[in-house]
Parts: sequence; C-alpha cells; structure tokens
Amino acid sequence: MDTYEPPLYELSSPGKHGANLPALDVPKSPLPDALLRQDNLADFPELSEPEVIRHYTRISQRNFCIDTGMYPLGSCTMKYNPKVHEEAARIPGFGAAHPLQDESLSQGALQLMFELQNYLGEISGFDAVSLQPAAGAQGEFTGILVFRAYHLSRGEGERNEVLVPDAAHGTNPATAAMAGFKVIEIKSDARGNVDIDDLKSKLSPRTAGMMLTNPNTLGLFEEQIVEVSRLVHEAGGLMYGDGANFNAILGICKPGQVGFDFMHYNLHKTFTTPHGGGGPGSGAVGCTAALAPFLPGPRVRQKDDGSYEFFTPKQSVGRMKVFHGNFGMLVRAWTYIRTLGPDGLREVSETAVLNANYVRVKLDDIYPPAVDRICMHESVLKGQIAGAKGVRTLDIAKRLIDYNFHPPTVYFPLLVPEALMIEPTETETKRNMDRFIDAMRQIAHEAVENPDLLHEAPTTAPVRRLDEVRAARQPILRYNAEAFAKLREG
Amino acid sequence: MSFKTPPDLRYSKSHEWVRVDGDAVVIGITDYAQDALGDVVYVELPQVGATYGPGDTFGVIESVKASSDLYAPVAGEVVAVNDALESDQAPINSDPYNGGWLIRIKPSGAEEELLDAGAYAAFVESLQH
Repeated sequence: MDTYEPPLYELSSPGKHGANLPALDVPKSPLPDALLRQDNLADFPELSEPEVIRHYTRISQRNFCIDTGMYPLGSCTMKYNPKVHEEAARIPGFGAAHPLQDESLSQGALQLMFELQNYLGEISGFDAVSLQPAAGAQGEFTGILVFRAYHLSRGEGERNEVLVPDAAHGTNPATAAMAGFKVIEIKSDARGNVDIDDLKSKLSPRTAGMMLTNPNTLGLFEEQIVEVSRLVHEAGGLMYGDGANFNAILGICKPGQVGFDFMHYNLHKTFTTPHGGGGPGSGAVGCTAALAPFLPGPRVRQKDDGSYEFFTPKQSVGRMKVFHGNFGMLVRAWTYIRTLGPDGLREVSETAVLNANYVRVKLDDIYPPAVDRICMHESVLKGQIAGAKGVRTLDIAKRLIDYNFHPPTVYFPLLVPEALMIEPTETETKRNMDRFIDAMRQIAHEAVENPDLLHEAPTTAPVRRLDEVRAARQPILRYNAEAFAKLREG
Repeated sequence: MSFKTPPDLRYSKSHEWVRVDGDAVVIGITDYAQDALGDVVYVELPQVGATYGPGDTFGVIESVKASSDLYAPVAGEVVAVNDALESDQAPINSDPYNGGWLIRIKPSGAEEELLDAGAYAAFVESLQH
C-alpha cells in the first residue's frame, strides 16, 4: 500500500483557490516594494478548500494521540485531557479576551489568574506564584535568573555554580549554562537517590543552588530530600525544584515544606492541559517569600475594594513572555483543580503511583528495573531481554506501535542502559494496562523466538522504520521537489 | 556481548582510548562507547591549538539517542583533529579505533587514570551487570 501523502506543493495547480475575498471597499493602495516577495511566489501552492481540509484531516488521522490510545510516555505525563476544559477555555470572556484590553474589562480573567496563583501556591507550599513562563524550561530559566538576582542582591555574586544530579532532565544543565552558571554534576547512589557524599564534596561558597526533580527521573522519590536541602542551604545555596514529576505527589508532599525555594509547575502535564503537539505549555513558577520580590510580572493581586490588578515586583527579573502567559492553559488548569478539589488531586497522585507500580511488577521479571524499588508515577525498566540476541530497546519500542500503543520514553535517563521509561498515568484503566502488559510480554517472547519481527517493526503503521540516522545526518528542512523525488525513489 | 579492546591502547573509564604515536597521542572513543551511543550523527571537535587538563571536556558527540561530552584522558595541546568526521561520522561506529579517531594531542604530562586493555575489558564487563 502506498501511504505517501503528497505535500500541498505537489497537489497545487495554477488558478485554484479556496478563499473568496470580499469586494474592495477602500481605495486601492499597493504595498511598498520592499515588503513584496521578489520570487513572484513561484512555489506558493494553489489549492481548493476541500483539498486542504482533506490533506490535513488525513494527516491528523495518522497521528497517535491520547484520544485514540494509551500513551505511556514516561516523563511526559500523557494523561487524558478532559473535554470540559476545552469548553471552559472557549467561554467568550476568556477565549475572546484581548490581552491589551483594560483591566476593568478583564476582571473575570484576572480573578481566574489570581485564584490559580493561590491554588498552585497552596498545593506546593509556596508563598508566591507567577503564571508568566510559557513552559517548563522557561520556568527553570526564570528560577535560575531569580537565584542569581537573589544572590546579587545580597552581595554574593561569586556564587556561580549550579549543582545538577546525573539523572536530571537535560533542560536543567542547559538552563544553568544559559543563565551563565557553571554546571556541576552530582552522582546518584545505588538506590537512585542523590549521592550525599558526592553532594557534600561539591558544595562550596561558589554554590548558587541545586536543581532537583522529585520524584526524580528514575521515577523514585528522593528519600533524603530534607537532608539534601539542609546541606545546600547550609552552604548558602538555594533549592530549585523541577516540577516535571509533581503529578506523583499532589496532596501528599509540598515541595515548599521539604526545602525547595522555587519550583516550576508543568500545567500541561500535572494539571492536564493538552500537550504533545509542540505546545503551548505553561510553566508557572512558585517560590518562598524571600524570592518573591524577584518573580517575573505581571502577576495579579487583589485590591482593597475586591477588584483585581496586574503588578510587577520591584526587583523583578523582568518579563518572560509577552502578555500574561499562555492564558488558555491557565483556564484549563484552574478548571482541573476546581473539578477535583484537594481530595481529588491527592487521588490523582495515588492512582498514578499505583498504576505505575502495577505495570512495573507485571513486567519486571522480563524487563529488569533500573533500581529495584517501589516507584512513584513512572518506572524505568531495561530493554535487556534474557536470550534475545541483537534486540535493543529501540526495537521493542517500534514493535509496540504494531500493537497499537505509543512507545514509552526510551534511552532516558541516560545513566540507565537501554532504558524504557513507562508512565501509564492515573487515567488508564486496569483493562488498558493489562493489554499493554500483554503486548510487552508478547514482544519479549518474539524477541527470543523471532527477533526479525522486532527489527522490521513497525509493519502496520503508515510508515515503516524511519531512518533516524540519515534524518539527523542529512536533514531536509524545507520542501524541495528534487530531494523529495529522490527519497521516493528510495 | 564482547567488545574490541586492542591490546596496544590504554583506556579511560569514560570510554576514550589513547594511542601513543611518536611524541603525540591519538584519542578516540571505544567500541563499547560507540555501541552504547548508537549511530553517531554529529561530533563537535576542538580547534587545533586548544589545551586541556586531564578530564576536561574537549568536545561533544551526538547520536540518535543522546548527546555526550568527550573527556580528555591526557592533558595537552591539540595538534590535529579528524576533520573528515564533520561530513561523515560513520567511521566512529564502524571503525572506532582507526578511521574514527577524534583528536591528536601533544601531551603535557598529566593524565587521567588509564587502564590497559585487560582491565578496561573487565571494567566494561562489570558495567553490563
């Protein structure tokens, strides 16, 4: 079956069009020459509306998404996104609000932001929240800029090192380096925690802070988090909490109470706003009272008369984004929190942890766990199947596509060989998880009996195994008729 | 799984190999390292003339799986880099001990703890369990 979907360029023919412009009702005025494209729009595709609709609808039907199947992509928390959130985000007062309209005309939107700031602060045990950052990595960057501003305000500008565990998300060291800090790596111990001796040996008067994800990227709760925080604070450093895995501890553990000074929330993961298509996300941040003066604005506060207004703290590190963060995501997160309430949020985490452990225990006799411990919301297994020669985690992941599951995260964290990171999330039923477990066990059986089934996978998807190496070595970054034709010839 | 560990080389625990060649040393990544990384798609190497201490990061190697730092097993000044890898990284996987060499260093004396072939093979074996 030829499953090639021609790009719009190849569907084009001169004179077709899908839009009918209304009659001109103002004097004709040509654009200045400098603004006109000089190539006469030679490559511009011309198509009818149904062609365009069918093209994009066909492509969308090839997508694997949370609305069509289980998506156990560890670290990414691909939980189901309730449809009522979409309804709330489309209420005209929210959906049609203009970010430049006057505060007095936006009181409902400001109230929602104010309440969301308070809810996020309460859930995490922090005094102040800014909803500005557009996603987790921007939240991290905000946090490290705030650390720098805090140390500078105290005359401790010599603090130029940020400690990052070897299990960290790659964004942590990237953030610290981008903010001008030196990154110091801290080892993990045999139980998957921060190695306390290694941490002690790397703390110094140059320590600006530590970036830590808890639960960490092995899906394990940092058992010595209070001790780690104490040591970093004693050295004069601050604790940054990467909230990527906050999903696992809602209503159970408040990061602000175990020693974190600052954290970001992935509203698009923990608070179930849609993601996976490249955004938009939301990386709201929370912090202690000591760091609040440096938060990015505008934040929202309530005036004495009960109305709401924007303000920016005096020592703010500045804006992280135009306007007011990804506002539509804020509406969805607010709706999620209000729908579930405190008990419901706790149940989210309890169920997420229970589900992850269920899958882990049902698979760990054939896929060895990275660390043999009860896990939190995700588990890291190794794609090292006994007796399977030449089969790697990548092959297992590709074969899962043939069983109609999105593959788990693979080869992360980097310190685990052949890692398979599985996060079922709280929104999968036992029946679905059992189907996934059966598929994983069947694949392990195939890996021994008939490894070619894995090496050739996927066989049922619209495209077969993609040549990732060639894509990385010889990328074709925009449409090019000649290059496409050559690829099609094979 | 067993990996090639030529007897005439010395090895770092971060999986670089070192070959003495006259008054210089040649450095690359081991067979184990290339296998663990998977197909290499990009390598960032230093300029000739750069100097490194033992264990310093001298470049970055990127595969379809991950991006990793390269560590100088021996301190010294870079006297040559394998420019051919800029356009074709395949030798790092197919021929890590010859065509896949990365840099040539004029050593200044200091070096990381280096293992002989037998000790390195045992070290790699221990990592797989």
